[in-house]
Amino acid sequence: MTLAPATAFYQDANFVAILYIVAFSLFIYGLSGLTGPRTAVRGNRIAAVGMAVALLATFLIEGMGNWVLIAVGLAIGTVLGVPSARQVKMTAIPQMVALFNGVGGGAVALIAWAEFNETGGYAEEPLTFVIPSLFAAIIGSISFWGSNIAFGKLQEILPGRPIGAGRLQQPINLVLLLVAVAAAVAIAAGQTSGIYIAAVLIAAGLLGIFVVLPIGGADMPVVISLLNAFTGLSAAATGLALDNTALIVAGMIVGASGTILTRLMAEAMNRSIPSIVAGGFGGGAEVAGPGGEEGGTVRATSAADAAIQMAYARQVVIVPGYGMAVAQAQHTVREMADELEKRGVEVKYAIHPVAGRMPGHMNVLLAEADVPYEQLKEMDEINGDFPRTQVALVIGANDVTNPAANTNPDSPIYGMPILNVNESESVIVLKRSMNPGFAGIENELYFDPKTSMLFGDAKESVADIVSELAAL
Amino acid sequence: MSGQLVTAASAFGIDPFVTNLAILVLAGFVGYAVISKVPNTLHTPLMSGTNAIHGIVVLGGIIVLGLGVDLSPLNKAILVVAIIFGTINVVGGFLVTDRMLDMFKSRPEPPKKDEDGEES
Repeated sequence: MTLAPATAFYQDANFVAILYIVAFSLFIYGLSGLTGPRTAVRGNRIAAVGMAVALLATFLIEGMGNWVLIAVGLAIGTVLGVPSARQVKMTAIPQMVALFNGVGGGAVALIAWAEFNETGGYAEEPLTFVIPSLFAAIIGSISFWGSNIAFGKLQEILPGRPIGAGRLQQPINLVLLLVAVAAAVAIAAGQTSGIYIAAVLIAAGLLGIFVVLPIGGADMPVVISLLNAFTGLSAAATGLALDNTALIVAGMIVGASGTILTRLMAEAMNRSIPSIVAGGFGGGAEVAGPGGEEGGTVRATSAADAAIQMAYARQVVIVPGYGMAVAQAQHTVREMADELEKRGVEVKYAIHPVAGRMPGHMNVLLAEADVPYEQLKEMDEINGDFPRTQVALVIGANDVTNPAANTNPDSPIYGMPILNVNESESVIVLKRSMNPGFAGIENELYFDPKTSMLFGDAKESVADIVSELAAL
Repeated sequence: MSGQLVTAASAFGIDPFVTNLAILVLAGFVGYAVISKVPNTLHTPLMSGTNAIHGIVVLGGIIVLGLGVDLSPLNKAILVVAIIFGTINVVGGFLVTDRMLDMFKSRPEPPKKDEDGEES
């Protein structure tokens, strides 16, 4: 394609390409602001400016048309996206992220499909266009359907427990992957029938559904990170097909970020990514056997006793888990911490990397409740502190405090790094009931003589403690 | 579709696809280096922020729709939906990240050194 002399400079393809360079530089610069809470707000806004630049550059591309339809798409997307982002509760962030991730993957798959139709089945296109497009179609479709299932599970539209075909699951998934890849190869080899692209998209979509369905709630941080990486990579592939550097760079950064987070999450659970994707905890049904009641006796306590215990401690470490999110107890927890600090008690929060349903979930909830981030301690930082702690208060966390991970080689979570709350002088566990948590793993912490249990809804229990503290 | 950016054939006859592959690989390493430094505390905003960034696929939808000649009604509809999806992803992602990050506050007291010896 040659440039007509009458073309304005801003329509020059090189000018557009330079704007794309500006855009992805802003993405990288903005993301590097996320290394600290103080620069993070600005970093995110810089990245948003980068997006605006990229959008503007795209409008300048010579020969663009269909403006009305483009405007309609942008307007509808904005109208749908803004209110959901404004109103979503912080406890619902994981499902919101899953949903946004899903629509991104869906867009990639749809673009690949439309291009297939438009080009008569990629008939005249070079392989450097066809292969990235097909890659984008497969990964985008997996990501769209997988993310929607993750959304359904987190939103509790679908049951959070693993659902799957047991031993048949792996062969089914393998067949679906083979069908998707085989159809893609057929297209690359010259097939132009719409049936093939449909086979690619449907088989990949089913694969996304079947991979995420058997994954239990506690493994969600890994799944969400992985789907995020997938959508990023599919965007990068679309960039390769469209010869668009902004898409390539942005997609790869997201792919890298998702990959890093996936690895961190899997490490924090001492499990390999394939074993998590393979579904269920340690293979699903096998571990669901009886946890056994042989563990010993459990000591129940009252809000009043818990309040006294903590009021006279030098240091209290709060260990939040998904239960705190479900009960939306973060604000009440903050009030309790304030009461304790008024009495000179040092309060810290111990955050396990996989506490909650996505990486960093607890940090966001506590930040929402105005807990200063200096009080939030990562696992490695706080574990040395437990022996100097009078009371460890566990709020809706389970597996991440289970000493069996350190001591019992037969336990399914053996080897998983945990918060060593059992090293503190006493432990108070806020829990709804004695039902074992995810996958039915008994937590021997609850039978430890220095542990006492405060049963009930986390928010109500903490509120009771607050009023007891105020009355002391 | 490929080549709407004029990529003048290089002196050595290298396909622009290969140049793009080089960019892709480098971007992967840059991304890895930048993201590795993000602390656990900010992992949720990181995820939702990068989530917003991959919404950049909206550009793909706009380009294919904008440059398409004689698109069938079906293809137009598919692409409009793709643009809607991408826009939700971008706009929603950045907004929700902004809301989240606004909540991360430091202690009200004057800054002092924390345990890591970093300025806070």
